[in-house]
This record gives sequence, C-alpha cells and structure tokens, in this order.
Amino acid sequence: MKIAVCVSHVPDTAAKISIGPDGKNIDPDGVTFVVNPYDEFAIEEALKTREKSGGEVIILSVGSDANKESIRKALAMGADSAVLLKDDSWRDSVAVAGALADEIKNIGAELVFFGKQSVDYDNSIVGQLTAEILGFNCVSVVVSLDINDGKIRAEREIEGGKEVVETSLPAVITAQKGLNEPRYASLKGIMAAKKKTIEEKPAATYENLSEVTEMKRPQVKQPGKIIGTDASAVPELVRLLKEEAKVI
Amino acid sequence: MTKFSGIDYYQIESQFTDEEILVRNSVREFVDNEVIPVIEGHYQNGTFPEHLIKKLAELGLFGITLPSKYGCAEMNNVAYGLAMQELERGDSGLRSFVSVQSSLVMYPIYTFGSEEQKDFWLPKLAAAEKIGCFGLTEPDYGSNPGGMITNAKKADGGYILNGAKMWITNGSIADVAIVWAKLNGEIKGFLVEKEFEGFSAPEMKGKHSLRASITSELIFQDVFVPESNILPKASGLKFPLMCLNQARYSIAWGVVGSMMACYESALNYSKSRIQFGKPIASYQLTQQKLAYMATEITKSQLMNYHLARLKDTDRVKHTQISMAKLNNCEVALNIARTSREILGANGILSEYPVMRHANNLESVKTYEGTHEMHTLIIGEDLTGISAFE
Repeated sequence: MKIAVCVSHVPDTAAKISIGPDGKNIDPDGVTFVVNPYDEFAIEEALKTREKSGGEVIILSVGSDANKESIRKALAMGADSAVLLKDDSWRDSVAVAGALADEIKNIGAELVFFGKQSVDYDNSIVGQLTAEILGFNCVSVVVSLDINDGKIRAEREIEGGKEVVETSLPAVITAQKGLNEPRYASLKGIMAAKKKTIEEKPAATYENLSEVTEMKRPQVKQPGKIIGTDASAVPELVRLLKEEAKVI
Repeated sequence: MTKFSGIDYYQIESQFTDEEILVRNSVREFVDNEVIPVIEGHYQNGTFPEHLIKKLAELGLFGITLPSKYGCAEMNNVAYGLAMQELERGDSGLRSFVSVQSSLVMYPIYTFGSEEQKDFWLPKLAAAEKIGCFGLTEPDYGSNPGGMITNAKKADGGYILNGAKMWITNGSIADVAIVWAKLNGEIKGFLVEKEFEGFSAPEMKGKHSLRASITSELIFQDVFVPESNILPKASGLKFPLMCLNQARYSIAWGVVGSMMACYESALNYSKSRIQFGKPIASYQLTQQKLAYMATEITKSQLMNYHLARLKDTDRVKHTQISMAKLNNCEVALNIARTSREILGANGILSEYPVMRHANNLESVKTYEGTHEMHTLIIGEDLTGISAFE
C-alpha cells in the first residue's frame, strides 16, 4: 500500500514573528522553519503503519525549495521517497489541497496522513479538503488509529472526550498530539536519507478562493496591577473583579 | 520549558551541510525532550541516567565516525562535534559517557584491534548492548601516564594483569575495559571483561562535579586476560594518547554546549530581572558580560569548525586539538562563572543549569589532559623544547 504524508514547512513555534513590509506576509528573515509539529505525528503514524503492514511512505509538500529541509527530515525519520510540488507563490488551503490531491491520485496512495493543522496559518482544513477533492473518507484530529484489512478504527478528540469512528480505505487521517511519540531522525537515518531523492515538479494550478489582505499583531497586553499583598486586599480585589473586570 | 534555538552570531551554520544540521537538530531535540527534564534530579542524586543509554544508541551516537558495517553512522567530524556540543548542553556527564564509549573504547578497538575484536565488539558497542570504559590514569600517574605501575606478565595462553586505575568514567557499569599496562616495560592495551576473575570496579563517591556520571576505580588482582584480548596494533604510550586526542576533540566541541546553556540562561535572566526599576540587561556591566560571552562562544565555534575540517582531511595535529581543548574548557568555565554572576543568588539553584555546568567544567578542564599539560604540549610544539620530560 502506498501511504502519503503531506508535510508543511512552518516557522518554528519559538521564533519571533514580525510582519513583512507588504503587511500581508511574515518577514522570514532570521526565522527558523521546521516540520509542522502536527505533521511529525503524521509521519510517525505512517512509518508505524508501514512497519506493521508493509508498503511505502511518500512525503508530499507544496511550496518552495526551502521545504526540502523539512522533507529531508521526514526522509531521515524513515520515509521512502518524496515529491516537492513547487510553487513559490502563496496558496490558500483550497489551492494547496488541490495540488496535493492531484499528486496523491498520481502516485496512487490509498492512505494519506496530515497533521490536524499547520501552525503557520492554522486553518485546520487542508486534510479535509483534500479528502473531499479525492472522494476519500476522512477522520480528523485522530489520537488513536488501528487499520486492519482496509478497515479503519480511529479515536478522535472532541470537546471534553473522545469519539470512536469506523471507516474504510481509501482515507485521509489528520493527526493530533497524543497519536504517537514521533521518533528522532537517527544518524543512520540521516545518512540513508542522503541516497533518497526528492522528486520536484510544478504544483498543479488551482485558483485561490481567498486572499490575505492584512496581517495584524495581537494587541499588546496591558500591564497588571497589584492592589495589595495580604488578606486586606481581598475586598478590593472582589470589588474590581465584579465591577471593573465583570468576571464574577 | 522553552526550546533551545541555538547561538550562531557569525552564521557559522551556513558552512554546515544539510546532514550536519539534521544531526545537530536531532540531538538538540533529544536533549530538550529527554535530558533537560531529568538531568538536575540525577545530578542532585548522584546517579547516571542509565535509561538514556539505549536511546543514545538508537540515535546512533556511539562511534559516529566509524564504518557503517559495524552499525555506525559513518559521518564526518563536524557531525560528531555538533552531536557532542548538543549533548553537553544537556550535561557534561552525558557527553562524557558518549565520548568514552566512542573515542576511548570503539576508536582503539577499531584502530588497534584485530578483525575478530572489531567484528565482535564494535556492533555491540554501537548498539549499547555492551558498555566500555578506558583505563589509563592511575592514582599516582595522571599527567605522567608513562610512569604507570599496572603491569602484565606473559602466562600460558594469555597474560596476568596486576595494578589499579583511577578516575575511570563508566567503570562500574562497563562490560569491557580498555586497560593500558606495561608488558616487559612496554605499554600495551588489553580488553578486560567484567566477569574476568580478580577484576573489580568500585564506584568513587563524594564528587562535587560530574555527579550525573559514573566514575570508578579499576582494580586488577592477578587477572588472567586471554591472548585474544590484547590489542595487537598498539605498543607504547603514543597509542593511548591517540585515543585521548579523539576524546579531547569531542570535549572541545562539547564544552561549547555548556557555554550555550549558561549564556542563554544568563541572557534570558538579565532581560527579565528588574533592579532599580529596569532590567539588569540594560546596565553596562551586564552588557559587557553578555558581549564577552557571545564573543568567546563565537571564537570557540570557529575554532571547532576549522578543527573539524582539518580532522576530516587528515591534516590535524594533536597540538591543535590540545589548543582547542585548552581554550574552550577555560572559556566555558569563565562563561559559567560569569553567567552565575549575572544570575546572582538564583545562579546557585538547580532551577538554572549554570551551577551544574560550572561544577562539571571544573572536571572537564582537568580531565583528558590538564589545562597545564595542554599548555606545555603547545609550548613544546612552538619551541621544540619539552618542559616536562
């Protein structure tokens, strides 16, 4: 079975982000980019599935040459091959999903893993869109997965609990933290990845259905105020919480 | 806990290959996730985090530069150095463990061992199915290892070993010790296995430094070592010193990790610690300390990077390795102490890594050749005159 994992290359969560001069993009200068953290769970689950049932794990990524860094990490973790769907311009979720769906059809993958969201734009939708375009089943925000003879049993995280879902292949699974513990890229894996090729082709053209018109920084937090340091401050605190903050 | 994002003032990273960066990132992630959360506890309790040994092997950190046919990564010395740097950012004890297994056990077996010894030991050591240690230093012979008392006498089918070694990292948990002993006045290397009769390795207690590392004595009382366990290609003091060169190289890189941990801690603290109404980072005396540390880290990084390329192209001189070991250990200790000054009283708490690194570096500065001996090694190279022989 061919297993695809769709990987995005995102700013490190520890990076300090500033808005670029056009006001519509972030300024990438000095920002370290990494494999989207949720995609690491997707990669790990694909590798575990291959280890259990055999098959081939193929990494797909839409973007520029810079994405190769994340692709290489996925290959070093143990994926078999990779396709970079090249496009240097910005794409919305629909246009990303379209390009991925084309390639998934092209390689004939039956099982596709995504992270539940990319931590750059946080749309949490590309996996589901891709499934819709392909006509695949889809289970999102998965924390436990069992695949046997084409039957899928997944646990997904919902508000305040878990939901158990059954479906069948072909399917798209989007991974949530807790699904597994992603392995580290071992040194031997890194050496082995040197021999694996990254196929490059232009990403299929899809029209963006939305555009970013502006980026804004979050409002600067107002400094706190200390009304006292012992029990005598409690009445005033209660009064402020009631009258000013209106939270009690 | 925040993720460590590295210190690279001179964009030295631009000189690294993709693989070298991947290695560094992988070990960095491992240290952030698996080492930093537990290391203070181990340090306080004086225990080595043995549960990490298998994980280090899975990462492929033992014998990084040795051939893949022995289960090793077969990477270059930049990758080796970067891995050591990241490990020591966690703790010097952990890096010591890997340095010993790689540079002082696998390297001599690979370089001076027979084919049978290599085939038997190297895959097991790479996978950490076996742990090794290295016995050269003796209670009365540290800087002058050539004076060693430990000796071997030829016996039927092997040798009889007598003597004692001291300050041996990993000694008490080792399955095999590379022991250097005099045979008819000539220094030879022996593979002493833990079950050999008459061999014991009691742990040394009471350390104030390298507390998350095992340090032991090795005692040999009429230990019979079979002929098959002598290293056939090593005769003379030069051979154990070749091993130390490998280990010193890993120390030169490793201590940059300690520098980074201390500097990062001090920088963050200085920006959030308010005195006289403003962060202490805004005072000139603090900025001078930070600028000094960042500059020294950068110099050490450049030194290491060039040393690695010299080593990878077989042009490196042992005196150059001495220079990097000497300089970087000295600077690392200064940075740890300077960071501690910035942190004030908080600097002594286990909440910050600074005091632990400072204490560790006291050992790292003197082991694998003291600061003084490395100074004299360089002095001899410059003048042609040995000040110690």
